[in-house]
Amino acid sequence: MPVTFFVPGYLRAYTAGAGKVTIPRAPSDVGAALAALCDLHPGVRDRVLNERGEVRQHVNVFVGNESIRFTGGLGTPVAEGSEIWIVPAVSGG
Amino acid sequence: MEPRHVSVKNGDAALLVGTMKGAFLLRSDRSRRRWDAGGPYFAGTPVYALAFDGRSGRRRVWAGTSSEHWGPGLASSDDFGRTWTNPKEVPIKFPADTDASVKRIWQIRPGRAGEADTLYVGVEPAALFESRDAGKQWSLVRGLWDHPHRPMWQPGGGGLCLHTILPDPVHLRRLFVAISTGGVYRSDDGGATWRASNKGVRADFLPDKDPEFGQCVHKIVMHPSRPERLFLQNHWGLYRSEDGGDSWQDIANGVPSDFGFAMAMHPHDADTVYILPLESDEFRVTPEQKLRVYRTRDGGRSWEALTRGLPQKGALETVLRDAMDTDRMNPAGVYFGTRSGKVFGSTNGGAAWTCVMDGLPPVVCVKAAVVGEAPGAGAGPRSGARAGTAKRPAAVQPRATARPRATAKPRATAKPRAAAKPGGRSRTARGAAAGKR
Repeated sequence: MPVTFFVPGYLRAYTAGAGKVTIPRAPSDVGAALAALCDLHPGVRDRVLNERGEVRQHVNVFVGNESIRFTGGLGTPVAEGSEIWIVPAVSGG
Repeated sequence: MEPRHVSVKNGDAALLVGTMKGAFLLRSDRSRRRWDAGGPYFAGTPVYALAFDGRSGRRRVWAGTSSEHWGPGLASSDDFGRTWTNPKEVPIKFPADTDASVKRIWQIRPGRAGEADTLYVGVEPAALFESRDAGKQWSLVRGLWDHPHRPMWQPGGGGLCLHTILPDPVHLRRLFVAISTGGVYRSDDGGATWRASNKGVRADFLPDKDPEFGQCVHKIVMHPSRPERLFLQNHWGLYRSEDGGDSWQDIANGVPSDFGFAMAMHPHDADTVYILPLESDEFRVTPEQKLRVYRTRDGGRSWEALTRGLPQKGALETVLRDAMDTDRMNPAGVYFGTRSGKVFGSTNGGAAWTCVMDGLPPVVCVKAAVVGEAPGAGAGPRSGARAGTAKRPAAVQPRATARPRATAKPRATAKPRAAAKPGGRSRTARGAAAGKR
């Protein structure tokens, strides 16, 4: 089963406009899934991850309804058929 | 939001305005009476750094964006904002071995006129990047990053930022940078090695008031005709160096406060500098609720208030370190932007001011240029013009009606507010806050 990313509006400039990107081969964890997404759409990488490979402070990644901040970060396991959401944090003024 | 665009031609005056929610590009003819504004570009994203590169016939605008969500970006436009580069890979990145990541781009500085493909960028955390191919590829200046002082630099209120870069136009291997809080550093070998250049600059917020480094320098400026002389606006303190930063002398003579951020060099006179004093580090607004630019025309021996056309009642304004600049026309244009979203301009060296634009998000960066002229080239004079009101971008029209500010009583040669005591520490606001610093 594939894994599906839901991409916010800002990042669609780097996914050829797609708000939904499917990774055909099931990755083991969120980090591997993100790597696969960035292989397909390289512009996503520097916007979601910093130079240290960390998810940017004000970007949230959810697997289903669970934020990966509380489930093991990029090491969070990904089940086949998972939906992964990239969401800008509700912050700023 | 779709931005409004304006077009420029050679000889136009250009004003680049970075705000907390995007960038605006303004143009005027040489009279600088009326300004047309394009933007907002990068709507919603802070733009702390803008630069105009007119070398080699370019009309290139550079923008450093700092999205709170998606990180920093560096883009350029050769058509005054209609199209921007948007590289998939962000070009300013720390190498993996540094274990650092760029938080914000603070400064974009084209290199010397004779090095048309050289550009510098200053970032937070404090570091210098350099490009030798007109911005295609960038590399970290290792000599500064590996400096033994670096681990001891501390962030100021705006973060640990390298915010000013001054390539010496005569000594071609010499380069100055200013870091908050690290101080001024100078390289004499093209960036390979650096040494602190802070002798005489006080650090009132440290137990040791005269450290080798660690000063919170807010801005340094230099005139290309006299590069051994520099002026410095410190976190408390105004200074001049006559020896390329080897030593600094206090020049806070007759200013209402020596706290402030912004400082700009006159384009044609190495004795003339503009500052915008703020009351104190605890109350970072214009003293006495008066918006006053201060100008020295004698290298800092005295300062005069420039008030004509600027609000002199109820003005609790803040002007940040990169929000003041001069153009290269004659008479010189002087411009600054406020955190309350106003841009003021003068087309006669500061004698009179008008509000160029109002109703903007907080202004963090103002850069002035003449289209079609490389830095160092002259500009045709047209005296007697005054700054005027910008035609606002349609997208932001409803927010405010830009119109000239009420003209204040002319006061071209204001007397200094207070005489400096020996040692140059006679600022009223400074004295009031001294016990708390």
